[in-house]
Amino acid sequence: MGAVTAIPKAARAVVTGVVLAAGACAAPAAGDPAVPWAAVGLLAAVHALCELPSRGTAAGRFPPVGAGSFFPVLLAAAFLLPPSAAVLVAVPGSLAGGAEEPGPRLRRAWRAARLGLATGAAAAVYGRLRPGPERSLGAADFPWVLAPALAAVLVFCLVAAVLDAVVRAAAERVPPGARRPLLPSPAPHCVHGLAGLTMAVLWKSPYGPPAALMVLPPVYLSCRTFAQYHRERAAHQATIRALVQAVDLKDRYTRGHGERVGRASALIAGELGLGEERLETIRFAGILHDVGKLGVPTRVLRKDGPLTPAERRTVELHPEYGHEIVRGIGFLGEAREAILHHHERLDGTGYPYGLAGEAIPEAARVVAVADAFDAMTSTRSYRRARPVPEALEELGRCAGTQFDPRMVRALTRAVQREGWQTAVTSDEAVPPAARPGPRGVPAG
Amino acid sequence: MTARARDGRGGPLPAAVVPLLRAAALCTAVLALLWIARHGPAEPGTALAFGLLAAAGELARRPAASGAPYPLHEPLGREPAPLGAAAALAYALLAGSAGESAAHGALQAVAVVLAAVLVGAVPQAARGEPGAPDHAVRRVLTTAFAGVCCAALPTAGEFVNTVGRGPAPALPVLLVAGLAVLCDAVLAAALLRARTGGPYGPVLREELRALGGTGAAVGAAAAVLALAAGAAGLWALPVFCLPLLLTQLSFRRCAAARTTYRQTIASLARATEIGGHTPAGHARRVAELSLAVGRELRLPGHELAVLEYAALMHDIGQLSLVDPVPGGATVLLPRAEQRRIALLGGAVVRRTGVPAGVAAVVEQQADPYREQCPAARIVRAANAYEDLSGGSGGSAGGALAALEQLRLGTGRDFAPEVVESLARVLGESAGAGGRR
Repeated sequence: MGAVTAIPKAARAVVTGVVLAAGACAAPAAGDPAVPWAAVGLLAAVHALCELPSRGTAAGRFPPVGAGSFFPVLLAAAFLLPPSAAVLVAVPGSLAGGAEEPGPRLRRAWRAARLGLATGAAAAVYGRLRPGPERSLGAADFPWVLAPALAAVLVFCLVAAVLDAVVRAAAERVPPGARRPLLPSPAPHCVHGLAGLTMAVLWKSPYGPPAALMVLPPVYLSCRTFAQYHRERAAHQATIRALVQAVDLKDRYTRGHGERVGRASALIAGELGLGEERLETIRFAGILHDVGKLGVPTRVLRKDGPLTPAERRTVELHPEYGHEIVRGIGFLGEAREAILHHHERLDGTGYPYGLAGEAIPEAARVVAVADAFDAMTSTRSYRRARPVPEALEELGRCAGTQFDPRMVRALTRAVQREGWQTAVTSDEAVPPAARPGPRGVPAG
Repeated sequence: MTARARDGRGGPLPAAVVPLLRAAALCTAVLALLWIARHGPAEPGTALAFGLLAAAGELARRPAASGAPYPLHEPLGREPAPLGAAAALAYALLAGSAGESAAHGALQAVAVVLAAVLVGAVPQAARGEPGAPDHAVRRVLTTAFAGVCCAALPTAGEFVNTVGRGPAPALPVLLVAGLAVLCDAVLAAALLRARTGGPYGPVLREELRALGGTGAAVGAAAAVLALAAGAAGLWALPVFCLPLLLTQLSFRRCAAARTTYRQTIASLARATEIGGHTPAGHARRVAELSLAVGRELRLPGHELAVLEYAALMHDIGQLSLVDPVPGGATVLLPRAEQRRIALLGGAVVRRTGVPAGVAAVVEQQADPYREQCPAARIVRAANAYEDLSGGSGGSAGGALAALEQLRLGTGRDFAPEVVESLARVLGESAGAGGRR
C-alpha cells in the first residue's frame, strides 16, 4: 500500500464522499418491487465483459479500449431502469476494469461511484422527461423520445465531467479547468447514447435482450479503432523523432538542435498568424531540416578543422539529401520544400538553387531564421553559446541580405514575449555504444 | 519441380471460379432488374431509405490502400465500406423477415443494393481505382445469398416455435446474418486471389480471421438494423447509423494514419541508402524477400508486420560508422563490429514506436541463429543473400554462389530451414520469371 500514500488526503476525502453519495442513490433499489433484477444483472454483466479487456494485458500490448470509456451499456440502463437500479449497473464493470498505479483500488472505487452517479442522474432525467407514462419504446414513440434521450446523455456527460474536475482539483491542487478544459466534447457521448437507445428499443421489442446485445460489437469496434488511431499517430510522431535521432548518431554536437529549431519555427509561424495546420507542418520542417546530414559522410561531419572546398561541397548537398529522404512522406507537404531550401539566402547567394526573395518558399524562410538563431544560442564544440539578445541583434543585422526581415521581427517579438529556453529538452545521455569508434575524431 | 507443385496448389480451380461468380452475379442482377421493372418496388419508402443508407456507406468507403509501399497485413480486414455492407445485408434480412413472398423480397433487395453500389462506384471510378466490378459482384451475391436464406426463415421460425419453449424470433435473423458474413468472406478471398495471384489458403485464412473483428461487427449491425426497423420503424435507421458511420470514418482516419506512418518508416529505411552506406533499394528488397520467406514459412500476420519493419530498418545502425562499409555488406565485417552496429540500430528503432519486437529483431542481427527469434533469422538470411548476390544487378551465377555461401554458414550463422525456404522462394520467382 506504499504507493497509495502518493494520493493526497483531499482526493481521498472527495472519493469517500462520492462513494457514499452513490450508495445513498442506490439504496432505494433494495426494497423496490419494481426493479427488474434480471435486467440489472444482465446489463451489469455485459458492462463488466466490455471492461475486462482493459485490465493489464500481456507485456507491450495495449488494451483495445481504455477502462471506463465505453458507455452504451450504461446509457441503455439509464433508458431501461429506474435511477436507483441504474446506479448499480455501473459498479461491477468499473471494479473489473484496469486501473493505474498509484492506488488502483481507490481508482476503481472512484470510477464505480462516478459512473454510477452519472448513470443514475441520466436515468432520473430520462424518467422525468419521457413522453409516455409507461417505459414503452416503439414506433409510436419516435421521434419524440429523442429529446429526453439527448437530455439524459448530456446530463450523463455533465455529471461525469464535473466529478472528474473536482477530484482532479483535489488531487493536483489546482483550480478546476486550469490544466484542461472543464467540459469534454459531448459528441462521443451522444454517439454512445444513440447506441444505448437502439439497445433499449430492441430490449423492449418482441426480439428481446439477445437482439439488443448485437448493438455492442460494432460500437466496440468503433471505440477500438479510435483508440488505435491515436496510438498510430503517437507512433508516427515517435518515428519522426527517430529520424532526428539517426542524425544525432552521426553528428553528435548538434544534439537537440532539430527539436529546438522546430520549436523556434513554430514560434515564428504562430507569431505570423499562420493556421494550425501550417504551424504543425512548419514545426515538422524545423525538426527535420537537417535530416539530409544522414547523407553526408560522418568523417566530414565530425571533422575538427576547416573543411576543404570538396568537403564543403559535400556538406552543402545536405538539403537535397534531406528532400530525397522525406520525398515519400505525403503529409509533410510544404515541409519538404522548406527542407530543400532552408539554406537559401534572401539576396540569392545561398544554396542549393540560389533562389532570391519571394522565390524562396515561406516555410523555408521561417526555418532559415530559426536554424541560425539556435546555432548561435547553443554551445558547439568550437565556441560558446551567445546570449539570446545578442543573437537576435545579429539576426537583425543580417535581415534583408540573408534573412527575411518579417521572420526576424516575428521571432524577436515572440522570444521577447515568451522567452527562450536554450536547454536541451527532449534529450538523454548518449548510449555508451554511440561513442565514436577507434577511428572517430573526438568532437572536442 | 517443387515450384511447379506449389503453384498447382492454387491453380485451375479458382481461375475458373471467378468468371463463374461474375456470371452468376450478372444473371442475378439482370433477373432482379427485370422483376422490378415488371412488378414495381414493394414498399418504396423502405427501399429508398435502405438504398440511401447503403449508398452513403459506399460513398464514405475507405480508399484503396494506395501509397503503402508494400502489401501488408490489414488488421482491420479488407472490407472497405462496413456501413455499406451492413445496410445491404440489413435490407436483405428485412425483405426476408417481412413475410409474404420472400423470394421476391430477395430480388428487390438485390436491385436496391445494386443501385447503391453503382452510386458508390462513381467517385471510385472517377479516381481510376480498380476493383469496382469485383466489389459489386461481392455485394450482389452476398445479398442474394442472404435473401434466399431468409426465404427459409418462416419455416425455421415455425420450427423454433414448435420445438422451443417460447418465441425466439431474433435467432433466425442472427443466424442468417452470420451465414451471409461467412459467405462474403469466402467470396472476398476468391476474388482477391484472382486479382493478386498466390495461394488461396492464406488469403481465405486472413479473411476468416477478420471475421472476428469487422465481419462480426458488420453481421451484428445488419441484424440490429433489420430488427430495429421492424420494432421502431424507419427512425431506427438514422439513430443506429450515426454510430456506424463514425465507425467507418474512424476506420478511414486510422488507415490514413497508418499510411503516413509506413511512409515515414520507409524514409527512415532509405536514410542509409542516401548516405551511401547501402546500395539503392537494398532495404526494400530485403523487406520483400523477408516477407516472401515469412509467408512461405507461414508466419502469422502480426509477425509478418514485425518482420517487415525490422527488415526495412535492419541497417540503421550503419549510420554510426565513420566510413561506409564497401557496398554496405555488413556480412563481411568482423563479428564484434556487426554486433555493435546491430545494437546501435536497435537503439534507434526503439525510438520509432514500432512494436517492441522489431527492435529486438534488429538487435539480434549479428547473433548466431540458435539465439535468434524466427523473424531475426529470416532478416539475417535475406540480408546476407542480398549483400552476397549483389542486389538486383546480380547475375544468376551470383545468386547461386550466394545461396551456396549461406548453406555453408548454416552451422552457426544461418538457420537451415530459413535458407531452404529462401532457396524455394528464389526458385519460385525465377520460375515465374522464366514462364513469363
